Amino acid sequence: MIKINNLSKIFQSGDAEIRAVDNVSFSIPEGQFVAITGRSGSGKSTLLYQLGLLDRPTAGEIFLDNLNATELSDNDQTRMRLHSLGYIFQDYAILPSLTALENVMVPLLMQGLEEKEAKEKSIKALSRVGLSDRMHNLPSQLSGGQQQRVSIARAIGHEPKIIFADEPTANLDSETSKNVLDAFLELNKEGQTIVMVTHEPEYSALAHRIIELRDGKIVSDEMNK
Amino acid sequence: MPKKQGVFEKLKIDLRVGLFLAKRELQRANKWTTTLIVFVMLLTFLNLVVVSGILVGLIQGSLDQNKKFSSGDVIISSFLNRDKVDNSQEVIKIVENLPGLRAYSARYTAGGSLQAGYRDVLLKDEKPNSVAGQVSGIDPQKENGVTNLSSLIVEGAYLEPTDTESIVVGSFWFRKYNKNEFPGLTTFNEDVKIGSRLLLTINGASKEYTLKGILKSKVSEVDGGMFILDSEFRKLAGRSDYNLNQIAISLKPGTDPVIAKKALLASGVDKDGRVQTSEEAIPQFLDQIKTTFGLLGNAISAIGLVVAAITIFIVIFVNAITRRRYIGILKGIGIAPRAIIISYILQSLLYALIGAIVGSILVFAFLKPFFDANPIDFPFSDGILVATVSGTSIRVAILLLATIVAGYIPARIVIRQNTLSAILGR
Repeated sequence: MIKINNLSKIFQSGDAEIRAVDNVSFSIPEGQFVAITGRSGSGKSTLLYQLGLLDRPTAGEIFLDNLNATELSDNDQTRMRLHSLGYIFQDYAILPSLTALENVMVPLLMQGLEEKEAKEKSIKALSRVGLSDRMHNLPSQLSGGQQQRVSIARAIGHEPKIIFADEPTANLDSETSKNVLDAFLELNKEGQTIVMVTHEPEYSALAHRIIELRDGKIVSDEMNK
Repeated sequence: MPKKQGVFEKLKIDLRVGLFLAKRELQRANKWTTTLIVFVMLLTFLNLVVVSGILVGLIQGSLDQNKKFSSGDVIISSFLNRDKVDNSQEVIKIVENLPGLRAYSARYTAGGSLQAGYRDVLLKDEKPNSVAGQVSGIDPQKENGVTNLSSLIVEGAYLEPTDTESIVVGSFWFRKYNKNEFPGLTTFNEDVKIGSRLLLTINGASKEYTLKGILKSKVSEVDGGMFILDSEFRKLAGRSDYNLNQIAISLKPGTDPVIAKKALLASGVDKDGRVQTSEEAIPQFLDQIKTTFGLLGNAISAIGLVVAAITIFIVIFVNAITRRRYIGILKGIGIAPRAIIISYILQSLLYALIGAIVGSILVFAFLKPFFDANPIDFPFSDGILVATVSGTSIRVAILLLATIVAGYIPARIVIRQNTLSAILGR
């Protein structure tokens, strides 16, 4: 499903070159739940941004379903994010002027669904994350955990092939974190491919596979026992 | 990746998403900020329509009065190289059968002088108490039917059909009404009053008349004119051929002067004299002022438009810059940049549209009726507000167009920024 060849992301800081992701290669088959771990500054979020087509790598290739996504134009990458990828951000990144329901509806409308159909699908997605009673609330009226669940509902609402989650539990208490991870496990059980960045060993332990990064390089890539 | 959509399908989706986002943004925006922006748009609209409308209205008021008190809707006059309208009585018959005719006035005109105290012995170097201007011989009732001259009497009374010994004179010749001091200006001395005996001389022939009334308007032909009965004029000026100098025609409401003129031309009137609508017969200087004021109005409007465009630009730019992350998230979840730009354009369009609608209501329901009822008192005209539906529609369209551009550019600038940097606020 995803194949990465010799991927690098290099930042320039004055004269210094920072290799946030350094010549990384791996592939993820469909239905796998992968945790990318590592210390702070190891390059795990940067790697996720490249995989999620939110940023362009300095070198290397990313194949999504055999399509070289790195060669796509900005507009085509946007279309790919819309149709094939779901993204869950550390700080939820939900739109403050839209209600929970509207946040989930926007990508569906962009896919070309009629408003009624988009609404029905969004209600389903919000119900799956246990937010059917808060769907008309604005983000400011929701707790952090609820906002993250809106973010998950938005990521799954348009039925993407892969979900990318960047430290999805970083800002949540342990109880809420558990609920979020339960939701991931349930989605994965249904065949959803998930790539999650976390620095919590307890949470990475839930994944099928753990890829550990250090200084932008893969130091271990193991199936979870 | 799914199959690419067609151009129109994609545009339809972008419009729908843009509308969805714009609607929610506006619904949840700060009410005071929205009110302020709409107020700015309202002022811009008023600047576009009212300032130029009043500038044009100053001249239009003058033209309207010229039409109302002098030329009528259509005027037949002698050719420039001829003294009179040929075959005037035949022309009158054609005019009487003109479709849509309400009234007409046949006028004899000639230059003449009017002297007061002509029996007094003048001292050496003393200037005679006289003035010189255009004398018109009219049928007072018919003239009143076209120009309602009697309504302009400020002193004394209007001519009656039997007033063979009376004259009515424009206010321009009386110091009391004309405070101008320019060199060469001659007015009557203060002692000339209603009832004064005045000697009128046309082509060397003179007759004594009693000053019956003084006319005052803002039309030079009236204020600078002298009016006696047409029968008196014919006798005094020796116009036994009954050939006229002017025939002013008033049409029934709703009759197009251009069509009336065409009918007159079709009847062959143009062989005997010049046929002009009131628009065509306006004095050249007024026409030039009208053009100049129109240009001035458009220049002021253009400045107003640029200010409005910059205002919208700043509003949208500040909005887009402060919501950079919002835009980044939208792009991050796959919303097409064009849909986001459309949402900003729709927001700015709505501000302008509300401003224009409120402005139009203000103009047509309040300001125009107000200025029609209470014209601005200018020395040469009663200024009105000229605002037509078609002219206003064009200005609304220009305002909306400027708004689209002013909304598009800042949204486009912010949209082009890197998606991840926008999301992470880098």
